Amino acid sequence: MSLLDWFAERRKQTSLNLTGSSPFDKERQVREIADGLWQKCPACDTLTYTKDLQQNWQVCPSCGHHHRITAPERLEQLLDPGSWQPLNEHLAPTDPLHFFDQKPYSERLATYQERTQLKDAVLTGLGNLEGIPVAIGVMDFRFMGGSMGSVVGEKIARLTERATCDHLPLILFSASGGARMQEGILSLMQMAKTSAALQRHRDAGQLFISVLTHPTYGGVTASFAMLGDLILAEPGAQVGFAGPNVIEQTIGKGKLPEGFQTAEYLLAQGLIDAIVPRTELRKRLAQLLSMHRPRLHVSLPAISSEALTLQPML
Amino acid sequence: MTKSNDRLLLEFEQPVAALEQRIQEIRALAEENDIDASEQIRQLEAKAEELRREIFSQLTPVERLQVARHPRRPTTLDYVQTICDDWFELHGDRHGQDDPAIVGGLAKLGEQPVMILGHQKGRDTKDNIHRNFGMPNPAGYRKALRLMEHAHRFGLPLLTFIDTPGAYPGVKAEAEGQGEAIATNLQTLFRLEIPIICTVIGEGGSGGALAIGIGNRILMFEHAVYSVISPEGCAAILWKDAKKAPQAAAALRITAQDLLQLEVIDEILPEPVGGAHRAPLEAAQTLKQALLRHLKELSALSGRQLREERYQKFRRMGAFLELSE
Ligand SMILES: [Zn+2]
Ligand SMILES: [Zn+2]
Repeated sequence: MSLLDWFAERRKQTSLNLTGSSPFDKERQVREIADGLWQKCPACDTLTYTKDLQQNWQVCPSCGHHHRITAPERLEQLLDPGSWQPLNEHLAPTDPLHFFDQKPYSERLATYQERTQLKDAVLTGLGNLEGIPVAIGVMDFRFMGGSMGSVVGEKIARLTERATCDHLPLILFSASGGARMQEGILSLMQMAKTSAALQRHRDAGQLFISVLTHPTYGGVTASFAMLGDLILAEPGAQVGFAGPNVIEQTIGKGKLPEGFQTAEYLLAQGLIDAIVPRTELRKRLAQLLSMHRPRLHVSLPAISSEALTLQPML
Repeated sequence: MTKSNDRLLLEFEQPVAALEQRIQEIRALAEENDIDASEQIRQLEAKAEELRREIFSQLTPVERLQVARHPRRPTTLDYVQTICDDWFELHGDRHGQDDPAIVGGLAKLGEQPVMILGHQKGRDTKDNIHRNFGMPNPAGYRKALRLMEHAHRFGLPLLTFIDTPGAYPGVKAEAEGQGEAIATNLQTLFRLEIPIICTVIGEGGSGGALAIGIGNRILMFEHAVYSVISPEGCAAILWKDAKKAPQAAAALRITAQDLLQLEVIDEILPEPVGGAHRAPLEAAQTLKQALLRHLKELSALSGRQLREERYQKFRRMGAFLELSE
């Protein structure tokens, strides 16, 4: 079979199992994975053509494993094309403690900024979801493990205040290892800050939907992520306050219950409202939003002067 | 006066301990031989006091951490017993549990009825096991939530005392929603229309501390610490070596002086020389005076103003750049 034939074949079957009769040799597989043409599912080892994986919202067509996605990808999947208005893109992290471990924090920041093309670990803004205006924030785990420092806290607080002011429902996607240690106590205080802003949004009678994605831990779980009026999670997402390693230190290795801290476990414990596969998220979020409208005025928010004056930063 | 040998000395106190040991010996010798050594003893005692003052005035962050975790350091209930004129402990989360790692109750501070909440460490090993070393489970935070709401309903000022290594990391705690329990307290504390004064009396361990740590005033004892993560935990993650805790303690900026500078706390309460555990009654008096003073200041504000002030206070915390376009 020529490579061209083989590609034609591939279009019929969206995915291909490594353990099955693979038409191409191991070496080539490795090379093409490295090229980014194919991706191997960490859950079932199936190789999927990268473009197909993208089309399936980065969910493995074989086993349903949800691959980690970036904040820009998430926004693209959810929002109506052209509706995204980023807010507070001019906020950038600083190094208030002059924190230095193996490397200075400022150096780490620069590395992650270059690698991700993000200033910090969250994107916030306004957009329409199936025609419904929302305020939305999405964390990006690539940026220092989605850790919450002053910029994440401030951007989420400002977004929430904006949602309160404009009578908008708020949707926050979390993906975080917890507080950003390099900002010391100031990172801890972002838990307070975000919770404060959410209290006002709640008081104003507005809806907040929290969506937990893999992984969400520590200070993010113990603040905004668990404060949703409604809390959804992606299948298999691991969510908790204390990380499994920390718990194992007290109870011993290998003593954690099967499936501990997965979305399914949280659902069984009554800690979340529902598990929604990524491929259905947009539809299901729109469904929930539509059941909470109208509240106060439902007019589409005009593009605010704030958003207009903000130039995208490089 | 307590004998120095049953006082659990910290390593950096050794020079003072040695001097005090010598004073004891001289005193014994003088008595034995019927000699008046009182002048010499007075001088040595002054020197020991001076030495202790000097040592405690320049503690490193990790040494302060040891003072903050000292097994004899006064706990919430110790302070309650010494500063309150009346006390009625309240129990339970009304959902099946009563967590001994958080205590709460109604008290009178002078004439003023107040609600008190605090982490509770044990006074000895047995008590510590009972108190889970001051590490609350969700039930503890939910008991705290219930008492906060009660204080709000009846217009009682809320005084909280922070002293925990952190919220308990356990399977049951996770199953019962540790994250949700903490988060709900954070949010609720911003709704209460009462004066809230929080005091870090010992160890302020991360989210587990913050869950009762949002107030109109945040006070902190001189040798208390407050951190986003334990220095040991931070060292294990960032240095891949828990023995680097002293470096992590310094880098994290966990002392009262650091927090004042970072504008997270409002006031440092001075401790007796050698730490609060050397003179608990003196420390309690300092605490009581500060609480009364702040309560008086806050009594001038309406419930709405108190709530607004608290919002603005925490809204300002953090450090970031606003790049110009
Ligand atoms: Zn798979
Ligand atoms: Zn509730």
